[in-house]
Amino acid sequence: MLDWPILSTVTFLPLIGVVLILLTSGKEESAARNARWVTLWTTLFTFVISLFIWINFDNNTAAFQFVEKSSWLGNNINYHMGVDGISMLFIILTTFLMPLCILASWEAITVRVREYMIAFLIMECLMIGVFCALDMVLFYLFFEAGLIPMFLIIGIWGGGQRVYASFKFFLYTLIGSVLMLVAMLTMYFIAGTTDIPTLIDFNFDPHLQLWLWLAFFASFAVKVPMWPVHTWLPDAHVQAPTAGSVILAGVLLKMGGYGFLRFSIPMFPEGSEYFAPLVFALSVVAIIYTSLVALVQKDMKKLIAYSSVAHMGFITIGIFTFTQQGLEGGILQMISHGIVSGALFLCVGVIYDRMHTREIARYGGLVNRMPRYAVIFMIFTMATIGLPGTSGFVGEFLILIGAYQVNTTVAFLATIGVILGAAYSLWLYRRVVFGELVKEDLKNIMDVGRREMLVFAPLILVAFWIGIYPEPFLNVMHASVINLMDQHETAMQASKTILNAAK
Amino acid sequence: MVLPDFSIALPEIFLACAAMALLMVGAYRGNKATSLICWLSVLSFFIAGLLVQFDGYNNVTTFDGLYRDDAYGVFMKTLCLGASAFAIIMSIDFNKREKLVRFEFPILILIATLGMMVMISANDLMTMYMGIELMSLSLYVTAAFKRDSVRSTEAGLKYFVLGALSSGMLLYGVSLIYGFTGTTNFDVLAGLFTSGGEEAGIGLLVGIVFMVAGLAFKVSAVPFHMWTPDVYEGVPTPVTAFFAAAPKVAAIALFLRVFVTPFGDLVEQWQQIIVFVSIASMILGAFAAINQKNIKRLMAYSSIGHIGYALVGLAAGTEEGVRGVLIYMAIYVVMNIGTFACILSMRQRDGMVEDISELAGLSKSQPWMAFFFLIFMFSLAGIPPLAGFFGKFYIFIAAVNAGLIPLAVIGLVTSVVGAYYYLRIVKIMYFDDPAEGFEPTSRTQSIIMAASGLFIVFFVIFPGPLLEGAQAAAAVLFS
Repeated sequence: MLDWPILSTVTFLPLIGVVLILLTSGKEESAARNARWVTLWTTLFTFVISLFIWINFDNNTAAFQFVEKSSWLGNNINYHMGVDGISMLFIILTTFLMPLCILASWEAITVRVREYMIAFLIMECLMIGVFCALDMVLFYLFFEAGLIPMFLIIGIWGGGQRVYASFKFFLYTLIGSVLMLVAMLTMYFIAGTTDIPTLIDFNFDPHLQLWLWLAFFASFAVKVPMWPVHTWLPDAHVQAPTAGSVILAGVLLKMGGYGFLRFSIPMFPEGSEYFAPLVFALSVVAIIYTSLVALVQKDMKKLIAYSSVAHMGFITIGIFTFTQQGLEGGILQMISHGIVSGALFLCVGVIYDRMHTREIARYGGLVNRMPRYAVIFMIFTMATIGLPGTSGFVGEFLILIGAYQVNTTVAFLATIGVILGAAYSLWLYRRVVFGELVKEDLKNIMDVGRREMLVFAPLILVAFWIGIYPEPFLNVMHASVINLMDQHETAMQASKTILNAAK
Repeated sequence: MVLPDFSIALPEIFLACAAMALLMVGAYRGNKATSLICWLSVLSFFIAGLLVQFDGYNNVTTFDGLYRDDAYGVFMKTLCLGASAFAIIMSIDFNKREKLVRFEFPILILIATLGMMVMISANDLMTMYMGIELMSLSLYVTAAFKRDSVRSTEAGLKYFVLGALSSGMLLYGVSLIYGFTGTTNFDVLAGLFTSGGEEAGIGLLVGIVFMVAGLAFKVSAVPFHMWTPDVYEGVPTPVTAFFAAAPKVAAIALFLRVFVTPFGDLVEQWQQIIVFVSIASMILGAFAAINQKNIKRLMAYSSIGHIGYALVGLAAGTEEGVRGVLIYMAIYVVMNIGTFACILSMRQRDGMVEDISELAGLSKSQPWMAFFFLIFMFSLAGIPPLAGFFGKFYIFIAAVNAGLIPLAVIGLVTSVVGAYYYLRIVKIMYFDDPAEGFEPTSRTQSIIMAASGLFIVFFVIFPGPLLEGAQAAAAVLFS
């Protein structure tokens, strides 16, 4: 345990970067250069500090660690931060992806660089905050506030249809969240506190739980996103700048999954149990339907966006199996998907920066000019398919084991999704990388440079690390996941007693 | 004969004297003295504010129970005084450039504010009416203040005719209440209906409904909102800025006091009316603003929507609800002042513009103004962590606790619809290519923008003082 508030430090450190950027002045060119360097160093420093959370993390307890608490709004609404085995890895994921995002937009972003960097730093602060918050109001604050910088990132630095995409992203997410807010206010009214650990131990009325669960589901399902409220995602992904897509796929989508783990399952066990078949049904539809949709996409980013929806479908299945394998698989798959899909968007970004098109038909035969790129793209394609030895395999395998214990049909249908996933990923790879290099303008395309290698190297490393030796990641989760299952079990027992007594 | 205790009404008396003294200055020195009078008015507001804060009276009445001084009044009066003072400060530059320099303007605002303070302190239906009329008459004149402009005079006339109608309704309601209860005093009225007391007869209810209609007109709640867009658009912008803040606060303050103190025990009778009015206002405010091209008209619909949210707190009818309204109004005033400081800076070489499309690309030509405008828009939309979110948060806490969950759901859903048009302004400023651009903002406007913007951003870190003040003020009404 550390004796300084490490979580607040990590959360708000990026804001210091914002202040530094605001302080630097000068000509457009030099200001942009300064902003880039300041942001890179800030995010790197934040990452290093955040590693101390992992180093000092106690794997043997399910309790919240590094807890900070001070009064804020009064009336039992406090500034309460803390992490457990479920949330800790997401913080590391966020801080890990951020410097890579900054590096990836080093040359791609040329207009309004300072504002761009400020938006990303604020975004980082808010994302880390979401995973640290142990108070519902605080959580909501971070969760919602993230809309503002992301709206601007898509809207200012996005592609042709950016206005439509940014509005759709903002309003879709907002409508889900306000329903969650009503549920939070209701819980505050009943339990008299917004403290998450207290609410986890609180037994809500089983009938009310169903409504509360639905309200939270409205928010998280949009964020994950689940079929049929996923339609904002392809638009947002396609229009966002590369780094924006990485953040969206890598971290923002995980907030939905994290929400299920932090709120829906421990607080509304009855509701989760009752609606688990619904989640399974929607997830299976998502996996199969969006995989099929991905097959026919002409735009690379859109294809990867749809594949994200499919992969997130696996994750929701894993979470709602309530088995240790399913839950741990879900969390690990979220981490892995954050790395892999982020990397895939970066792969698209590499050739987009050169050719300024994402149309699959405009490419082909890149392996001839870009061998290094072909290898990198190959690795992440394999990882997204779930080839053993890569990070995608471990998570997906655990999820399928978990699903098989609960519902064989779901497991069977999800497995079909794995096959379809292989189909669209490999086909995308073949069309872009293999074949004859016939397009005139591709004949001079440059292979990945040093800066880009620097971006991909850590991602490759982690993708293999999780795939080959996932123990360090899983060890972090064990205690918390088992605790979550126990809580679910006892809560189910408790509500059964209540229901029986009512009879 | 015992004289009443005048000292309780000291701030009001001071303000009345100041208004008359300044009028004399104006009468002798003419329009040359306008900016002096403006700053002296601001100073009088400041002194009146100090008197309000530190006169040391708590929950006392004077003038035979006509007039009350309590923590609730202190909170609301401070807000009104602040809002009026900022309205005057913002007008100085504008009036100079638009050749509207008239010394009567600050004095009229001074007198209107005096009316507001009387409204807030009213402890009797007669005092209430006096306050309302003093405020309204001054407002009618300020609305038509740009007398060579057809739009302005039309707006003033429209406002006057409709305002007179609503005053008539209000007065009719008052007379019915007096007829059926035999009193106009709030305390006596409250005593009549405490548990086990009299049942509310149908005549009294009709009276209450008329009062709701009259007051709803003053706060511009649906279905008595029709004047708002036209008046907001027609009158000179500093007047709009003034209309959007202080009079709304005073009218809401009166609304709360009337329905919580004398008729507090009849909450079941009036609750559904307020629920309807608030739902209708929220929905209209959200949908009607979508297609607006004029920023002032948009702000008019936005204010209708915001009054709808504030009324949610009244509909709850609880101390928590009142606290929510107070917090909401305080934050609303700051957001409005900031927004209008931005709108007043929309000046091109050949004069003021009011079209939203003129904001295009503002983020490039004037990054700071665009940034603050963005803050105000997101805050008006109620996005955390900005102050606007907390206003809504406390309102909806109260609604949920009072069992009005459907109302809370409708309110939050309309806030998503409303978010659309606020986002549209952000989109125009940040995503579109630059238009002609504006002249540099004046120093006062920039300071006001920055101050209110910083308040809105940092409210999340230091919410304590406002929350506690509102809590104390709300508690008084229920003691």
